[in-house]
Formats: sequence, structure tokens, C-alpha cells
Amino acid sequence: MTKNRDQYYHADDLKKFTHIGQFGKELADKFFDYYGSVFADGALTAREKSLIALAVAHVVQCPYCIDAYATDATEKGYSEKQMMEAVHVAAAIRSGSSLVHSVQMMNKVNEISM
Amino acid sequence: MLQKSLSFRHNPLASPANQLEILEHEAHIPSFNEKLAEAGLQPLRARKLEIFQINIGKMCNQTCGHCHVDAGPDRKEIMTRSTMQQCLDALSQLDVKTVDITGGAPEMNPDFRWFVTELKKLGKHVIVRCNLTILLANKKFNDLPDFYRDNNVEIASSLPFFTSDRTDRQRGEGVFSSSIAALQMLNAAGYGKAGTGLILNLVYNPSGAFLPAGQDQMEKDFKSELRKNYGIEFNKLFCITNMPISRFLEYLIKSENYERYMERLLSAFNPAAAQNVMCLNTLSVGWDGTLYDCDFNQMLELTVGTPAKHISNLNIDMLSNRSIQTNQHCYGCTAGTGSSCSGATV
Repeated sequence: MTKNRDQYYHADDLKKFTHIGQFGKELADKFFDYYGSVFADGALTAREKSLIALAVAHVVQCPYCIDAYATDATEKGYSEKQMMEAVHVAAAIRSGSSLVHSVQMMNKVNEISM
Repeated sequence: MLQKSLSFRHNPLASPANQLEILEHEAHIPSFNEKLAEAGLQPLRARKLEIFQINIGKMCNQTCGHCHVDAGPDRKEIMTRSTMQQCLDALSQLDVKTVDITGGAPEMNPDFRWFVTELKKLGKHVIVRCNLTILLANKKFNDLPDFYRDNNVEIASSLPFFTSDRTDRQRGEGVFSSSIAALQMLNAAGYGKAGTGLILNLVYNPSGAFLPAGQDQMEKDFKSELRKNYGIEFNKLFCITNMPISRFLEYLIKSENYERYMERLLSAFNPAAAQNVMCLNTLSVGWDGTLYDCDFNQMLELTVGTPAKHISNLNIDMLSNRSIQTNQHCYGCTAGTGSSCSGATV
């Protein structure tokens, strides 16, 4: 079946993530090994990491990551309310990071103003 | 919430043959038997029989969206007292210590209390799969917690989540609040309380097309939320995967999740879970006395692979080491940390 390539994102492509090794196996293997270690239980649980990943996925606006971690966080027992709060944390940091730059804007305006 | 069973609606999925057709041909995944063979586990063979799981009827006061039995108020198939007697006769000759009674809502069978009492006389450990809301469905059921306590029955009850939204989406409007009230009744009778010896286990199953994960963590969350919000205590939480059959299959197809769900089950196939599936030590008895390897096979009408297929002519020698009847739905019990009526298996 020929895929419509007029769109950049295809949900089915998430399943092909591991195929990135076809164009560079060594680095892909290192990445997936690292990825697996990062998401294993450690000082933070795999469950806590899943919620962090969900929040970060929204900041980097990766639809694949959002699909993957919305499913994973649901499977790991987070409620809709908890997941939405996590996304708000990410959104607050993102908007805060814009707004805190307004200090620079204010500094510059004050610098050039009488 | 679905108001009627597949059977009542004359839905094609009420037919086990139609379900098997879809399972075998409409998801593009390898056959379960091939997967077992790859793992060196084919065929699965039964071990020592330890649990009798008896389904005493499809009648239920609820019509849950995921029900693999297609149970509901409109189902009339229930076990007669004479078939129950055949079960008792067989059990009296067997070294099987545990009898797990399921349904439907088993309490709706008019011979339910008689059957439990007779099983206790045989010295069996009895588990009842109680849907909780039945305790409040009619005055005649209000004293069930006392009946359970007096007979030292172990209770296993479904509660899909500790919030009302997810629970009611799966089990019907108002089910969560009734379930909470029923759990408080069971706690008042001593169930789930430390030191009473009265066991109350809860069963979590996902309210959608996703898998359960992390039974231990989930149990901690359930305990903390139910205690904090409702003062409820319970013993263990069992996490169970939804099988892609019957009304859950209907949901998967309607919501266009079927293929994706089957792929998810396949990708999570775990040979360790396959070595601990519940059919290896369990025999399932249908409402009419027919024998199956598990309750899911029962609903798909996949009878045991031995010549004797009825409780009245049960042959323990033939059943021991029998080859388990498997099909694509078995991916449900072998995914991730495994799934059984007692939760995760690895």
C-alpha cells in the first residue's frame, strides 16, 4: 500500500522507530541501549519517568512521543487528571521561559529609553 | 454503557464461530501457536489440577462494556442444582482444594447459597467473583456479606479504577458509587480488615484498549486512594488484561482499536508468562456442566481436548497433562507480566 506522503507524520511510523538502525546501526544500538537504561527503575521509578516523558513530549511537541507516553502512563495507572496536571507543569515552564525573557526586553527598553 | 447483551441484540459477535473467524483472520499477526512454538512451549500441557472455576450462569445485574461472558440481565443461562450436584460429586473424589465461582453475577443463581454451603461441607476453599453492586441490587442480597463471612468465602471483586469516571465508563452509570457502598458493607463484615482472615481482593482491568502494568504500584495507589477517600480496606489487587473476545472485541472493532490492540498484545508476548498461564492448573466448568481449559475458552466454546467433556464423566487421568486448546485470544494472558484470575503471573 502506498502511503500518502503529503503529510509529515504517520501514526504507523512509530512502530518503525527501531528501524533507524538501518541507516546507522552502531549509534542506533547505543541510543536504544541508553534509552532502555534511562527508563528503567532507578532513583525514580519507571512509572514516575513515564509521567515526566509525557510532559516533555508536549514541550517538544512530538506526536509519536505523545501517543507512546499517553498510552504508557495510562497503562501505568495514572488518571486523566494526573496526566493533564503533568502537561500543565510542562506548559507552565514553557510559558514561564518565554515570560522570563521579558525581563531582558524590559532591560533593553529601559536601556534605550530616556 | 451497553444496555443489552450481544446475544439479545442478535449481534454477529454473539457467535463464538464469528469471533474466532475475526481473531484468526482479521489481525495480521502470527498465530499464537507459532509464537508458542518459537518459544519452545508448544503445545501447552496441563499440570496438576488445583482449581475448579465454575461459571454458574450468565445472568448479571450489570452489562459491562468489556464483559467476555456477554453477561447481563437478559441472559437466562444458569446452572441447575442437578449440575451443581454433579460438580459436588466430582469434587468429592478429587484432591482439588479451591473452587472459584464466577458468572454473570453468581449470586443471582437461586441455588448459589446452597452450592457454597455444600462446597464448604466438602472442605473446599471457596472464592466468589462478586461484582459488588449485586449486594445493593435487591434487599434479598443485602445480607450476602454476612453469608460470605459465616462461610469464610474469599471475595474477588472488579473495580476498574479508583475514580468514578473510568469505572462508570466501563461498568455503567452509578456503578462506582454502588461499588464503594458495597465495599464498605464488606469491610463492616470484617472483609479486608487485618486480623479477620476474611479476604477481599480487588480486580483491576483496563477501561480501554491498553494493557495493565505494574500491579504492585497499582495496588499501592488503589489502597491509598480508597483508604483516603472512602475509608476502604482490601487485601490484594489483581491486574487482569482484557481478552479480545465478546463485548470487548465489539468495543475494539467499533473504536477501530482491534488491530492495534492485537499488535500490542503480540509485542508484549512474554514466554515466562506463557509458562504460568492459569489454564495449566485450572479446569473451567460451564453453566451446563461442559468442561473447558478456562473461562475464555468457555465463552468461545473451545471445549477441553479430551474425549470426556462433561462434569458428569470427568476423567482426571485424561485431564492431567492434557494439551490446552489455544487460539489468538491467548495472547491476552501472555502479554507483559501475564494475566490470570489472580492477576499478574510473573
